[in-house]
Amino acid sequence: MLTSDDVRRVARLTRIALSDTELTVLQDQLSKVLGHFQSLQMIDTEGTEPTGHASEGRTVMRDDLSAPSLARSDVLKNAPESDEPMVRVRPVLGS
Amino acid sequence: MDRGELSSTDLTKHCLSRISALEDRLHSFLTVLESSALQDAAASDARRRSGTALGPLDGIPIAIKDNISTAGVRTTAGSKILDSYVPPFDAHVVERLRASGAVIVGKANLDEFAMGSSNENSAFGPVRNPWDVNRVPGGSSGGPAAAVSAGEAVVSLGSDTGGSIRQPAALCGIVGMKPTYGLVSRYGLIAFASSLDQIGPFARDVTDCAILLEAISGHDPRDSTSLQRPRETFVGSLRGGIKGVRVGVPREYLVDGIEPGVRRAFESALQTLTSLGAAVEECSLPLTDQALAVYYILAPSEASANLARFDGFKYGHSSPGARTAWDTMDLSRAEGFGSEVKRRILLGGYALSAGYYDAYYKKAQQVRTLIRREFADAFERFDALVTPTSPTVAFKLGSRTQDPLSMYLSDVCTIPVNIAGLPGISLPGGMSDGLPVGLQVIGPQFGDARILRIAYTYEQATEWHLKRPEIN
Repeated sequence: MLTSDDVRRVARLTRIALSDTELTVLQDQLSKVLGHFQSLQMIDTEGTEPTGHASEGRTVMRDDLSAPSLARSDVLKNAPESDEPMVRVRPVLGS
Repeated sequence: MDRGELSSTDLTKHCLSRISALEDRLHSFLTVLESSALQDAAASDARRRSGTALGPLDGIPIAIKDNISTAGVRTTAGSKILDSYVPPFDAHVVERLRASGAVIVGKANLDEFAMGSSNENSAFGPVRNPWDVNRVPGGSSGGPAAAVSAGEAVVSLGSDTGGSIRQPAALCGIVGMKPTYGLVSRYGLIAFASSLDQIGPFARDVTDCAILLEAISGHDPRDSTSLQRPRETFVGSLRGGIKGVRVGVPREYLVDGIEPGVRRAFESALQTLTSLGAAVEECSLPLTDQALAVYYILAPSEASANLARFDGFKYGHSSPGARTAWDTMDLSRAEGFGSEVKRRILLGGYALSAGYYDAYYKKAQQVRTLIRREFADAFERFDALVTPTSPTVAFKLGSRTQDPLSMYLSDVCTIPVNIAGLPGISLPGGMSDGLPVGLQVIGPQFGDARILRIAYTYEQATEWHLKRPEIN
């Protein structure tokens, strides 16, 4: 069972502002879903390696060569606010 | 087309006229590319006339799920947060399609960020099932599935993280395939859960599905999980039959909640496979019911990391009310994401957070290992497994939206395949109360050609794939 503080803490970690109504609904829904998934705890996984990926764990190497990338002006076209050659953001400090 | 009896322009115009006649009822598309499609079709016709056609896909109208990037064409992932996003590059599969001359007729509707099983989570409104517009088309690739089912496109591309190609294919009465993980590059696919996501084809029959898969598969260095294997000819291996092929039927997939009509259709399909020479035998995969729990921990965890990039700075929605950088993130995400996406980000954030990581995320990864082993053991005895694709036919709009858990259970037959990275195909395998039922064939890793052959052989012996919804 998740408390409302649990939900608030995760919402802060994942940077999503929640209304009080959303918080209550999510607390209930997430508790039910996680409760259903408690069945996993019954499985014996002692000594079992975790799988992170479906294709066998192999690391792909490539040569460290420079190659053309997207043009800055193309990338900035999608920025909500920009000031060539940069993305403009609201104040980070002192606010 | 090669005989000059039909031009790409005719075919493209036909699809565009279906789109304009049906879209107010179906809503399969978020963007229709009428003028560029007609230009591409004319160019294709010119190539055919001059004997320089690019192959079987040249001039064929295709719909692309709107989480696959198209250069210069709005790509929303079904989310308000990407409402006005225009990618500066093409996805690998789109590059491949352009090189094979395919005509892109539009970007197809989907559940927001491919999270859903009914297409009711699209920020732009739901897609409806061409067989009954009061029912869902399935999800998350509901748009690509409905478009092909209703003749708005000849083929389409979707993505499948837990069943998002196979389940809508089943509910719309067409063929849909999730290839072996890594067979198709994910470069340019807007990521949901990177270790599970895979792009794949929709078509009306298995041959078209094989043609499209052949066109989009193959190594791409821009996706580090892209497999380095020689390219296969899937079309060339369709024929030859299935005499002596060992087919396992895992009893755990005939879940409690399975509809009697789906069960009847499935049992009849097993008889057909037997009559075609397959050795059909029941088997057991006891961890099947744990796959859902594993999936709904791993997929949201990966999603919470993948969707962290939507911060209101670089692209996408930015809250006009934000005063600080932190506000920009908190409010843009609150305003831009729909409720299912928020639910999954929070679920994933919780499973990954300090104190819960071992109990949820690591545990789920360990059980994933056990599920993969269970499949590997089954494929020692069997060449393929067959199951129903979905325990039910298409359900009514609104019937599962209030209860996330009941919606999650829609994917119980398709999720294990993604967990293990295997190929799976759904094809028309019967009807129940006038609605299509899907038959799923699952193969071992790299068994793509094998399951296509089994599907093709079954299809050629039945007429389910010839049935069309009566919508005009």
